[in-house]
This record gives sequence, C-alpha cells and structure tokens, in this order.
Amino acid sequence: MRIRTNFAAVAGLAIAGLVPAAAAAEDFKPENPECIAPSAPGGGWDFICRTTGKFLQEQGLITSTMQVSNMTGAGGGVAYAYVAKDRADDDNLIVAASNGTTSRLAQGAFPGSTPDDVDWLATFGAEYGAIAVDADSEYTDLKSLMDAVVANPSSVAFAGGSAVGGYDHIKPLLLGKAAGVEDVRKVKYVAFSGGGEAMTALLSGAVQAVSGDFSEIRGFVESGDIRVIAVLAPERLTGFDDLPTAKEQGYDVLGANWRGLYMPKNASDEAKAFWSDAIRQMAESAEFQQYLIDAAIEPFNNFGEDADKFVAENIQQITEISKEIGIIQ
Amino acid sequence: METLASLADGFIVAFTVQNLFLALLGCFLGTLMGALPGLGPANGVAILIPIAFSLGLGPTPSLILLTSVYYGAMYGGRISSILLNIPGDEPAMMTCLDGYPMAQQGKAGEALSLSGIASFVGAFFATWGLVLLAPQLVKVALLFGPAEYFVLFTLAFATLGGISSTNQAKSAFAAALGLAIAMIGVDTQTGVQRFTFGEMHLFDGIDFLIAIVGLFALSEVFIFLEHHRGGAAGKAGAMQIGSLMPDMATLKRCVPTMGRSTVIGFIAGVLPGAGASLGSFLSYSLEKQIVDRDGKTFGKGDPRGVVAPEVGNNAASGGALVPMLALGVPGSGTTAVLLAVLLSLNITPGPLLFTNNPDVVWGLIAALFIGNFMLLALNIPMVGLFTRVLLVPTRILMPVVAMISFVGIYGISGSTFDLTLMVGFGLLGWVLRKLDVPLVPVILGILLGNQMEVNLRRAMTISDGDWTALFASPLAIGLWIVAITGFVLPIILGRRIKSGIEAQRPHEAVSDGD
Repeated sequence: MRIRTNFAAVAGLAIAGLVPAAAAAEDFKPENPECIAPSAPGGGWDFICRTTGKFLQEQGLITSTMQVSNMTGAGGGVAYAYVAKDRADDDNLIVAASNGTTSRLAQGAFPGSTPDDVDWLATFGAEYGAIAVDADSEYTDLKSLMDAVVANPSSVAFAGGSAVGGYDHIKPLLLGKAAGVEDVRKVKYVAFSGGGEAMTALLSGAVQAVSGDFSEIRGFVESGDIRVIAVLAPERLTGFDDLPTAKEQGYDVLGANWRGLYMPKNASDEAKAFWSDAIRQMAESAEFQQYLIDAAIEPFNNFGEDADKFVAENIQQITEISKEIGIIQ
Repeated sequence: METLASLADGFIVAFTVQNLFLALLGCFLGTLMGALPGLGPANGVAILIPIAFSLGLGPTPSLILLTSVYYGAMYGGRISSILLNIPGDEPAMMTCLDGYPMAQQGKAGEALSLSGIASFVGAFFATWGLVLLAPQLVKVALLFGPAEYFVLFTLAFATLGGISSTNQAKSAFAAALGLAIAMIGVDTQTGVQRFTFGEMHLFDGIDFLIAIVGLFALSEVFIFLEHHRGGAAGKAGAMQIGSLMPDMATLKRCVPTMGRSTVIGFIAGVLPGAGASLGSFLSYSLEKQIVDRDGKTFGKGDPRGVVAPEVGNNAASGGALVPMLALGVPGSGTTAVLLAVLLSLNITPGPLLFTNNPDVVWGLIAALFIGNFMLLALNIPMVGLFTRVLLVPTRILMPVVAMISFVGIYGISGSTFDLTLMVGFGLLGWVLRKLDVPLVPVILGILLGNQMEVNLRRAMTISDGDWTALFASPLAIGLWIVAITGFVLPIILGRRIKSGIEAQRPHEAVSDGD
C-alpha cells in the first residue's frame, strides 16, 4: 500500500514537472494529519477541511484519515493566533482559509497577528462575486445602476451577507470607485447574516441590489426571480455565458472569494513541500476539477511561493480600500 | 391532488429498509442529543454530517438521517427541561416554566407524555403545512423586511411580562441584562467592536448556548453544592414519578392550546430569522394571556404551559424548512447547517428545488412524516425510562450534569475560554436565582436582542435614518398594534384582577417559575 502511494506521488509530481521537490516530499509523510476549520461544523471552512481530507485520502496522498478540528472565534482569529503561537512547528497541521481570513488580517481584526505569522500553502478555487437586482428592477445593466449610485448614493441600497468591511461590502465599493463616486463611504450597504438573508431582502423589495458570491445567487438566476447585472470575474462563467462581467461593461473590478489553506510557520521544509505538492496534485486532479465545476467554483490555483505572493497582494488591496472607507486608519 | 401524488412518490423513495433504519437511528440519536444540555439540534446535525458523508450516503438518505436528528432533538429538548429544570436546547427553555413544577408535583410522567404528544401534534401539522402551503408561505416570508422584523421582535419583548408573573421589575431587569450581553461582539453594521476589551474570543459575541448551559445547568449544580455543604440531604428520592399518561380530561383541555400554538409556531418557523425559540416563546405567552389571564396556574405546573411551547417549537421546526427549501434561506441555526449539507450534495435550494429535485424534496417530506411517527412511538414508551432519572440521587446526577455541560460546550467550539465563560454564567445564574430574578428573560434578551437591534439598524440604513420607516407598511402597523395591546392589556387587566385575588393568594415560593 505504502509503496503504491509513493509511486503515485512520484508519478504525479513528474507530470506536474516538479522533480526537484519530489525528493523532499518523499522524506515526509504526515502521521496524524489534522485540518483546523476555524468555523463551526457545517460552515464554509469546515467544508474546505472535509473536502481536502476526503480527496487527499481517496487519491492516496495521505494514508490515514484527516482529522478535522473545529475552532471557532473571531472569524478565524482564534485559530490563527493558536496556530501561530501554540502549534508553530507542527508538521501535520493545515488550516482552512479564505478571503475572510485575509480581509480581517488586513483590517487588523486579529489583534497581535500579522500575515507573516503563518505559511500560506495554497489557494485552489474561487467563487466570483456578482451584483444582482430584482427581475423587474428599473436597472437593466451595471451602468444604469452605477449611474444612479453616482447621482445619488442613497438611492441604491446594496445588501450582502458579510459585515461592514467584509467582502460583500468591498465589492460595491470597488465598483463605486471605478464608477467615479467621489466619496465611496456614501455607497449604501446593509449587512445581513448570510447571502440567503440578503437575497430575501432583495426579493421583498427592502433593498435595490445584492452583492454576493455567485453560488448564493445561482438558484434565483435559474428561476428568473432576479437579474444578474454583473459578474465580477475576468471572463464570463462556464455554463452562464449569458451573464455579463463588470469588466466588459467598463468597470474593471474583480471579486474573487478564494479558498485555500495555510500551515504553521516553523513547520519543517519537508512538511511544507509535502503539503504544498499534495494539495497541488489534489487540485489538479480530474476528480477535484469536476467537484469544483459541480459546486460552481472556478479553479484559482496558487501554490507555495505563489500563494504567499497572492495573499500579500490580496491583503494590500483590501488594506487600501479599507483605509479609503475609514474602516482602518 | 398533484401534491398528494408527489407525496406518495416521496413515500416510495423513503420506504426502503436503509432509509427507515436511518430515520430510526436519527430519531434516537436526535432525542438523546436534544436531551443533553449543550447539544442542541444544530450541533446534533453538524456532528452527524461527517458520518453521513463517510457512509457514502446519497442526498436523500443523508437528508433523512439529518432531518430525523433535527426532529428528534426538538423532541428531546423537553426531557431535561421537565426532569431537571435544565433546557436541553434553547427552544425547550419555555418548557421548564411549567414542566419542572409538574415534575415537582409528582407529575413528571404525565408532563413527558403530554409534551411528547404535543411535539407530535406540532410537528405533524407543521409538516402538512409544509406540504400544502410552502409556495404561498414563501410570499408571507417576503412581506417581512427589516422594519417588520424589528416590530416582530419588539412584540416578543412587549409580551415578556406575561411569562413571569412574580415581579415585573425583575423580569425587566433580566431582559435588560440579556440585551446588554447581546451587545458584546463586533457590530456588523459598522464593523466596530463593542465590549470585547480586545479579547479575541468575544469578537463573535457570546454564543447563547454557553449562556443557557451556564445559567441553567451550572447554576443548578452550584445551588446543589451550596445546600450540600449546608448539610441538607438533597432531594434524592423525594420526587414521585406518578402516572405515566395524562387522563383524557387533561388531554381534552389541551386541544385548543395545541391548535393555537401550532399556528403561531409554524408561522414563527416560516419567518427566517425568527425561528423555534420565538415560536415556543410566543405560543407560551399568548396561551397564558388567553387561558390564564389572572396568572393563577401558568408557571406552577399547568399542563397547557407544557403543551404550548412544545407544540410551538416543533411546529416551528417544520415551518423553518419552508424558507430553507423554497428560498435557500435558513430560518434557524439547524436549517443553516442543513442548507450547507444540501449545497455540498450539489443541490441548490431555492425556487427551483421543487421542480429540479422533486425526489429529494418529497422523499424528505415523507421521511419527516415517518420520523414523526417513529418519535412518538419511541418517546411514549420511554417515558417510564426517562423518569427514572429522577430516582438518581442528586449527588450523582449533579456531577453528571456538570460533566455533560463541559463536554457539550467544548464540543461546539473547542475553546477553553468558552468553558470559563460558561462557569461565569453559572455563577451569574446562581446569584440571579438567589435574588429571585427569572432567568428566561435573560436568555430571550441574548437570543432576540441581537436580531432586534440588527434589524432596526438595517431598517434605518435603508431609510437613511427616517424613523417613520418603522410604521410604513400595513403589516408593521398591525404588529405594532398587537405589541402595544400585549404590553398594555395585562397591566390594565392585571391591576383589576390583582386587587381581587391578592387576599386569597398564598405567599408562594417565587423561584419556582424560573
């Protein structure tokens, strides 16, 4: 069994063209792999851990079952500080992360923590944001909506599933900035607890637009209750090529809610190489790609150093907009 | 008729040996989890998700297992409320008010059977409501915007006076304390931290489960410790079990209560953001105002005071599936977890679910009916077994309660900070009990206060700070009228009746009702 898995690992690495790392990866095999989900069971990060664990084991990349530990608190801050402080050299630990993690890091919502406290392993999928209005709304495209916002910011209320300063809030602000709103703080945003509640607010007519992840909106697009006026992706989404992007309407705004993993900073290089490669193989496998397609998540791959670089840029961008809107000084 | 045909198809899907076994397993585990303080339906479902996945179950069997756990937990919550005065989960809180006094009077068996039947009635009719009315009810849910929600929660607080008859000032204080606790955490409308003192564990606010387990379960343990040190023998063996079944007369007396509470509970469940706790609370306080105006029997072991909240919370659990399935909007913590499961099974809840995945929906609904009958069959014969808990000497029972509390809370968050916080709440609960301050309003403050504030803030943001938005729709005005009536009527009536009965009222022990 063991020989076979190693074989598979080497084969996979050769295909991926990463022969130098293969030697290092062979030296290390996690004994009791653990994934910390900084959310309650059933939450988004919990699913990252459970899917990663499932695919890694099915593909023989890890031999024992991934243990998933849930550690809630401070939107991931408790787990972040715990990993940085108490588990800093644990080779067997990976932690689920997403935009929420970097947004809070950027806004200083994890007191005493910095982005460099951990080692960013990978991002392996992203859900693009979308802006939607009610099916019989007067706004037919992004331009008509943003023109109304520029003319009178209080005439359009955006609802979203995250708190003020969260990603659903930042998306309309970026659009406002691109549209030339003088003071983006005036763009009206109403925070709901979850994308579903925000959708209900839109359907009940309480707000004029919704800012959310595409997956939250998808069911209502198909039923015809709402109209998606902009997808915040670089290109039109597979399977939904009738929905226009913001970019093609002249607003160069991207909103990628990525999912990924980090691990402790002082883990051994062998362990880091192992996890990074294992996750890369998983993410590039046909089964995982199919899983992403089914879940309407677009591939969004950054591994190893690329992941570090991407996270740094991501944090930089969020810091800028957060300063502009006065969330941080 | 088309609906009934679909339902029949659903029964065909559900009636396989595997599915029936899963339903039975789910019902049993759910009842158990519901009865344990700290483990509520939401955690129960969440804990079983990995099991459902690792067994490789398909969408329908997974959902059958998980919803059986959900319904089971809603049934089970009442058991510890009645026997120990410790709510097994948050909606079961109201069941303590009359359930525990009934147990103290030696009517534990009766209370358990009655509440089992009540749970069945609530869940059964709510499931029918789900079958027949789901499309129409979605429209009702859409009438509620932030302003209407705010008024709805105001209504709940306005009728708060109804629940503890002893000292209104103390209930008001308790509710204010709960509201204050609800303010802790990051304010979602501005991103500003409130009362967190830089302590990261407080950023998300205080989980009301921690508050419930601390205030109810641990304070009970502290009270026991206190008396134990004082040399009291404890009340081991002092409680009688009595008959296991209620007589027909009692049952008959409860029928109108069941009818009213089913409707209220179901509607509360349908509204996303209201949920089972509001359902059981409103059922109880309304029932009290209807059948017990002068506050003579409620809170002292009235069977109707057990029936109302149990019908209410089980009807709400059926109602909560309406927005979850039809809109993809969870009406409660548990349905939020179920929603996550659906999404991970590549089923998108929403307006098209009924057309795209009819086998899943109708199989699920059929499973709810089956689970419901199983729960009734499981619960009534087991009443005798449950009541044995009362025979366990307190000196053994209390350490077990403490242990379960710690394990339950640690299981949710894996945080030792939460355990410390729970002990803090235990001490607070002990002090409040000493001062005869009722505990239920504290929890209601924590549970509903947040929602009330958030919806007010949303309404204000949308209207640019124009307060008249709160009175803008006919629905809001109607709710205001009910709220004001609910607040004022008991004061006027109460004063008139109070003077009449003050003389014949015995100086009862005040702490019975909390």
